[in-house]
Formats: sequence, structure tokens, C-alpha cells
Amino acid sequence: MTNDRGVVWLDTPAFPEAARTALADTQLRANLKRATSTIRDKRLTVAAELDDWEQLRESAAAIKQHTARHLDRYLVQLEEAVTAAGGTVHWAADAAEANRIVTELVQATGESEVVKVKSMATQEIGLNEHLAEHGITAYETDLAELIVQLGDDRPSHILVPAIHKNRTEIRDLFRAEMGHWGQPAPEDLTDEPRELAEAARRHLRQKFLTAKVAVSGANFACADTGTVLVVESEGNGRMCLTLPETLITVMGIEKVLPTWSDLEVFLQLLPRSSTGERMNPYTSAWTGVTEGDGPSAFHLVLLDNGRTDTLADPVGRQTLGCIRCSACLNVCPVFERTGGHAYGSVYPGPIGAVLTPQLVGVEQAASLPFASTLCGACYDACPVKINIPEVLAHLRAKVVEAKDGHTVEGLAMKAAGKVLDSPRLLGAAQKAAALGGRALARDGKIGRLPGPLHGWTDTRDTPAPPAESFRTWWRKNREGGSS
Amino acid sequence: MSSREAILGRVRAAIADTPAEPAPIPRAYRRSHLVPGRHAVELFAERVADYRATVTRTDPAGLPAAIAAALAERSVRRLALPDGFPTELLPPGSEWQWHREPLTVPELDRLDGAVTLAAVGIAVTGTIVLDAGPGQGRRALSLVPDYHLCIIRAEQIADDVPDALARLDPTRPLTFVSGPSATSDIELDRVEGVHGPRVLHVIIIEPEQQ
Ligand code: SF4
Repeated sequence: MTNDRGVVWLDTPAFPEAARTALADTQLRANLKRATSTIRDKRLTVAAELDDWEQLRESAAAIKQHTARHLDRYLVQLEEAVTAAGGTVHWAADAAEANRIVTELVQATGESEVVKVKSMATQEIGLNEHLAEHGITAYETDLAELIVQLGDDRPSHILVPAIHKNRTEIRDLFRAEMGHWGQPAPEDLTDEPRELAEAARRHLRQKFLTAKVAVSGANFACADTGTVLVVESEGNGRMCLTLPETLITVMGIEKVLPTWSDLEVFLQLLPRSSTGERMNPYTSAWTGVTEGDGPSAFHLVLLDNGRTDTLADPVGRQTLGCIRCSACLNVCPVFERTGGHAYGSVYPGPIGAVLTPQLVGVEQAASLPFASTLCGACYDACPVKINIPEVLAHLRAKVVEAKDGHTVEGLAMKAAGKVLDSPRLLGAAQKAAALGGRALARDGKIGRLPGPLHGWTDTRDTPAPPAESFRTWWRKNREGGSS
Repeated sequence: MSSREAILGRVRAAIADTPAEPAPIPRAYRRSHLVPGRHAVELFAERVADYRATVTRTDPAGLPAAIAAALAERSVRRLALPDGFPTELLPPGSEWQWHREPLTVPELDRLDGAVTLAAVGIAVTGTIVLDAGPGQGRRALSLVPDYHLCIIRAEQIADDVPDALARLDPTRPLTFVSGPSATSDIELDRVEGVHGPRVLHVIIIEPEQQ
């Protein structure tokens, strides 16, 4: 659905109910657990190779903070640099405007098909659906996104969007659906990942070689040079970014970096945090257009869609530093058990729990700030040091504020209760959480919480989750108690 | 008001309350993670191979034979050859057809592979960077055929990412390659080659040992 600011988010149903359904799905839970723990281990190994990891994180956080403080200046500088290099910059205040701009750009080429690089920004605005309404077919070319698209499904993870599907499900899907979109899957397709990848290669090959228009997101854009980067693994990104005649890139305004050399921080942090590799297989960087190499027309759409509102919030603005590495998902005990769909947003996991309510307004995604145990593992994992627990606590307070007529504490507890009502979720989550970080806790207590929750924490220290299962605490303090 | 003005106005209003300059950006991280005493070429070769790419080290005199061996190993015969590639580096013999640029995408698609030079290497991450300079070709050339043989000189290998970025010209179209195309999207099983070249072979040319 779309809110009144044109931000797309699904929220069907709210997190607690969706989580309950997800928890009943043992296949999903097994797949997720294996995936998250595998990526988690790889990440820890390659991060440990860099003994200055903490310094890199400090720098990354500071660069993002500095960029946010001067975002107006850097956006204008980026626009100038891209324009000088032969690109065209468009500004989109919300999803509707971004969708309209992209649709018109595609229509101007006379084409009715586009190839797409996996992109959170275009998912956020519901671009594919919008293009379809205007008779334009968008082909997702990332293998996982292709699986999701063929299955009329939704991504469940930022990095591995189809991780909820196993190989046999994917084989069946390819056999049943590929033929409707283009080259059909071979009759004798088995469920070997190698064969499945080959089927995807064949299926998309003709599209790549003939597509005239591509749509992508961007991982970074450098204000000083106008250089835009896309980080990927399969080469589908390179195909889309270099073979078509027209390239349209939709980028959240927070993706700008001051300088080309700032990439030295992020290109070290992103692959290691994301896939647990020293470097991802392919990174493409381009500055406007280059005669004789790549697209002859490049359009950069700068997307606000709730980001300036997020920037205005002194606690919440740090969320804009997110580089979508998905490390926080893989360490989150709640995500591990519910999967991404439960968040009802294109941004799942801890980052989704803070970003979505800020982009769409807390009143519209009121359950998400409660989809966490505040264990702090996400903060420890985050390469740009976003204090997700702090933002969660802050947003919880806002949810409470949004519903007046009740005491702050009473409402916070009531809202939290919706999530806490899911006993299996919490029981399992808390066991893992006890092993997790203690980012917020000092001496086993969570100190003052920021924002209006001061009213709560000022009167008593909240026991830190790792010290005691929150559920046990909840039972002791709440159930059969005063509430 | 245009959206441009509206967004910039909202940005300015959003940050109005914050100090003009937050704390300076700390740059305490290392410029290089190459362990002192460790040879960059050594490490580069090791890290490229970690991605399941093939690595050969040779000196200038051994290069044509190294190219011939690499191509023979995969039975690669019809190859794209970028503008500016020094043909004296190529092995003699008629087993190989060298298709010179300009080549259309369908033409590239019918070839077995491409041979290119590189702009920069990164030892710590095992990455090669192409910048479409002489001997490297357009970006499509190293992308569409299924095999990429990349030749890099030892002195082009930077220790680490900061050094490599400083050597590059960001206004050129850049492709960072770390191993062959790969996916882990199906049950996290790593499969090489989805849309990009399935096979990456890197030849490092080191100065002749005296
Ligand atoms: S919040 Fe941090 S850990 Fe999570 S996706 Fe963003 S950058 Fe990665």
C-alpha cells in the first residue's frame, strides 16, 4: 500500500501477526537460520582480517554524519558534476514523482521493456508495479530477484532476497513460470544450483543483449566527481549498466558521499559486512556518459520520499547512514525467526524496523519499532555504527506519543505486549539475545532512554535484556501484576 | 516550487538545528593492510585464486606461452581483442582467432572469450580494475563472452583499496573485478558464472629475475 506521502509499504498484516505465521513455517526458519549463521560467520572472519575495523566504522559514521550535515551542498555538487559529465539529474519528492519521472523517461525512448538491477529504492517506490500499469514490463535480472518476481513473491532479505525458497521450490517455479516471461526453462531441469543458475542465464540472455533501457539503484555517488557506483556479484548489474542505450538510476538522496576517495572506507566495509567477502565480484563505476562505451543517455533520479523528514529527527537521522549491507539482519534474533516478510516492508530486519516507520510515519507502521529485543547485536554489527537500539527506543516513544490520552508507560507496555504476545518468538529470541550485544546496557542496566521515554527510565532503570530474559522479566513484572 | 527547491529547502530546514561542522572525520584507519614484509604480488596472486580464479605468474619473455597455455586449457579459440592491445604479446600460431574491435554485442556474444590488460590491481582484496584504457576495451568486451583472460603487470598492483582508488581516474568508466561472476542466491550454494564470465584467468607479469 501507499501512504499519503506516496511511500510504499506493505504492512499486511502488522508485524506481530505476520511473525506468528512465519514462526509456524519450519522450512522458512531452517533456511533462514542456516543462511544467517553462515553469512554471520563469514562476515566475522573477514572483518577480523582488518585490525582497524573499529577505526573504519568510526570514519564511516563520521563521513555519513558530515554528509548529512551538508546534504544540500553535496546534492547540488553531485548534480553539477553529473550534468557536466553528460548526465541528467531529476529530483523526486516522493514515490509518485519518481515513478512518473522514470515512466516518462522510458516512454520517451519508445520502449515497452526495461531490464533492472536489484535496487531497494525502486522496490520502495513500487516502480515495477507502476511501470506495469503503464504497459512497461520490468525484468528483474538478479537471480534472487528473478526468483521473487517469477513467484509473484516478495524479497525476504536485503542481500539474498529469495533465501526463503529452497532449490526444489526454485526448480518448480522456473519450470512453471519462465516460459511466461521469456525463454522457458529446459524440460529436464534439475534442482542443482548450477543448473538453475544456467537456466536463469539463458532465460535473461536475450533480454540483456537486446534491451534498450535499464533501471538501477546506486550504492554510492561521489559529489566531487559525479561518479555513481553499483556493487554486485553476478554481472547482471554490469549487463544492465553498460549494454542498453539509456540508463535510469534511482538513488535515495542519502547515498551521496563527499568525495571519490571516501569510497576507500566504504568499499572496505560494505563487501565484508554484506557477503563476508573481501570484495564483491563486480563493482561498476561511471561518471555521466562516455562516448563509445556504455549508455549514451544517463538519468539520475534523486529520491526524497520521507528521507528529509528522517533527517529532521535528531535521533532518527543516523538511520540515513545505512549502506544496506544487511549485517544487522543476520545477527538479529527476531529476524532469524520471522524472516523478512513479517516486517511488511521492503526494508526488513533491524534496519527495516527503524527505517520504515521513519519513511512512512510512525503512526503507519506502529508495530515495527517493537519488533526487536533491543539486544544491541545490530549496533555491534553495523559497519556505519547506526545505533539501531537507540532509534528503536526513540521511535517506540513516538508511537506512544501518537496515541494520546494514556500514560506514556502504559501505552509503551501495551504496544510492546503485541509483540511480546508471541511467546515462541520471544522465548527463542531471548535465548539468542542473551548472547547478543549489550550496546545499551551499562552495568547490566539500560540507562536513560532518549526522547520522551525519559519519563519511564527516569523513574527506574530498565534491566538490560541480556541479564535476564525480557520475557522472564515481563512475566515477573507484568503478568499477574498490575496490568 | 520545483521538487529540487522543495527537497533542498527541506534538507536545509532539517539540519538547521545542528552545529555547522560536526566533529572532524577521523581517518585513523590504515592506508594498507599489507603485512610488512609481505610481497604485494604474492598476496594478490593468493587472493585472486581465493575467488576460484586461475592465476599464472610469468616474466615478459614467458607471456606468449602463458597466454597460449591458458587458452589451450579451456579450449578457447575465438577471442575479442581490444584496441591498443600489443599484439607482440600474443602467442604465435593459428589455433586462435583474434577479433579486433569494433565488435557489436551480438558479435561479442558469439566469441569464446576476451583478452585484456588492466589498469590497477588490489593485493589485499584480490581485485583487478579495468578503466577502458588501451588494451582493455569497452566494458562489454570483458563482460559478454564467457571467458576473461586478464593480463596485469606487477607494478600495477596496489597494496590496498585506498592506494588503488588514488591511482584511478574516476571519470573513466571503471569495472572492479574480484573473481568470476558468482551467485549464492540458491541455498547459499556458491555457483560461478551467472551473467558475467564464468572463468577468470589472471596472468601477472613480473620483471625478469636476474
Ligand atoms: S543498518 Fe547498518 S548493518 Fe543494517 S543494513 Fe544498514 S548499514 Fe548494514
